[in-house]
Amino acid sequence: MNFIRNNKNQLLITLVLAVLWSFFALKAPQAFLSGSIYMTFLSTIPFITIVATAMTLVVVTGEMDLSFASNMAMSGFVFAWTSQTSGSVLLGAAAGLAAGSCIGALNGLMITVTGVPAIVATIGFDFFWRGTVMLLSNGTTRTLEFLNSSPSTAFFIGRVCGVLPAQSLWALVFAMVTALIYHRTSWGDDLRFIGDDREAAKMLGLPVSAARAGVFAYLGFAAALSGILATMEMGNWWPTQGDGYLLLVFASVFIGGTSVYGGSGTVWGTFVGSVIMGIIEAGIVSSGWSGFWTRFVDGLTLLASVSFYALASKKKRWTANG
Amino acid sequence: MSNILEMRAVRKSFGSVHALRGVDFSLAEGEITALLGDNGAGKSTLAKIISGLYAPTSGQVLIDGAQVTKFSVKHARQLGVETVYQDRALGYSQPLWRNLFAGRHLTNCFGLINAAAEKQAAADIIAQLGLSGAGVSPDTPALLLSGGERQGLAIGRAMHFKARIVILDEPTTALAVGEVEKVLDFMRRVKQEGRSVMVITHSVEHAWRVADRFVVLSHGKIFGEWRRQGLTAGSLLEKLIEAEK
Repeated sequence: MNFIRNNKNQLLITLVLAVLWSFFALKAPQAFLSGSIYMTFLSTIPFITIVATAMTLVVVTGEMDLSFASNMAMSGFVFAWTSQTSGSVLLGAAAGLAAGSCIGALNGLMITVTGVPAIVATIGFDFFWRGTVMLLSNGTTRTLEFLNSSPSTAFFIGRVCGVLPAQSLWALVFAMVTALIYHRTSWGDDLRFIGDDREAAKMLGLPVSAARAGVFAYLGFAAALSGILATMEMGNWWPTQGDGYLLLVFASVFIGGTSVYGGSGTVWGTFVGSVIMGIIEAGIVSSGWSGFWTRFVDGLTLLASVSFYALASKKKRWTANG
Repeated sequence: MSNILEMRAVRKSFGSVHALRGVDFSLAEGEITALLGDNGAGKSTLAKIISGLYAPTSGQVLIDGAQVTKFSVKHARQLGVETVYQDRALGYSQPLWRNLFAGRHLTNCFGLINAAAEKQAAADIIAQLGLSGAGVSPDTPALLLSGGERQGLAIGRAMHFKARIVILDEPTTALAVGEVEKVLDFMRRVKQEGRSVMVITHSVEHAWRVADRFVVLSHGKIFGEWRRQGLTAGSLLEKLIEAEK
């Protein structure tokens, strides 16, 4: 009973996924009862999942990062350029991950040192990095044919046992590491307290500025990982990389039950949220409806879930206040 | 009783605002000291210096006779100073076990939080505070506790970590009568364990019911200090009114 009480949001969102899947399986059995659609999901959803699980920690801290999509493009560019120049995919990946982490850390420093709200600072950085990457690339796509022949590429996005996209395993490992950080490290615990009440966290002696800056660097690392994997999967880098991820990532986080106000959330909830966001489009199209319904249903799902969580939280507060 | 804390000629300025203007202050072991004064008298600034949140502009702070040279909450905690803030005693969304060990987790050999050990310790603290009967468990979010229970938990945390100086900032403000009783009782228990308690309050009545010594601050200076002997609640109130003139 304790397990159910302590994890009811996670269980609920998992149930929503099961209901949604059952609905699509009934409406479009030819698609949802065949293996090929799941291979597609496993090759595309991980890019959202990786960023969304890291974004969970940012939102739990009471912050927001709207620049991760540009970071994906920028660190993807660093990866593409370094790989091409050096001929080493691994060196390129290391450079891309370092660039992404540094961009994230710069966000964190800007926010903690100047006190500019994250939403404003990261909008600024979004423009800045997108502009930078456009200037560096002249706005043109880079074709990376050499990736197909590199054994390192298989390590990142190959097909395990000939079928399972490796990026799905990377996403799974990343989500597990993020969950471990969140639930079982002092840093993860500090983030919860900072999100709950930043002043109280300071008074408790928690390293508020370092923890906040660190969580942006962690998201930067995740954005870079996602950008690099997407570049490898597509076999080319393009300057608008990351566009379209913003709403999907935030929707995954909020559908998963992370509080809009900070202080609480779960990596599992976000993981399931990203899967829900990933299957909605395929489910709608394969059920015979127009693709125009996709955004409508995405929006409806997000609104329903955040309203539900907000009302549940309000009820809890009412109960607490008698 | 020996002094565990001494402050000598402590000044604290924020730009042109002088919050403390040369304060000499002390706390003794096994004693409850009430710090009284009007808004802006410097009570909270004094408490925040002892807590490590602020460094004094000048003057000395000594704990056990040794001068404090580093001012941070973490360092103050290491020296045995714990502060319980009225509104900010706990993280409301967090379960009690996380609240009790925030910033000082029990870790396993991999450096990861040992949740099982922390929950067990939290259950023991909850039982010692007599809250188990109220359906409070280590997994209960702080949000679901009453104001008095939250203060109690924060005081329990201080006791668990063997704090020698416990500072309570307006612990009874906005609490119902029954809740005030609980908090005053928690203070008496801390004193019985031989620890030093400093309570900042606007309520002369609440201070009078628990404190052994009363210090009145006015405009950043000590207006006066008195022991309970030879004093009445009425005369204490008169001194407070005089200080505020």
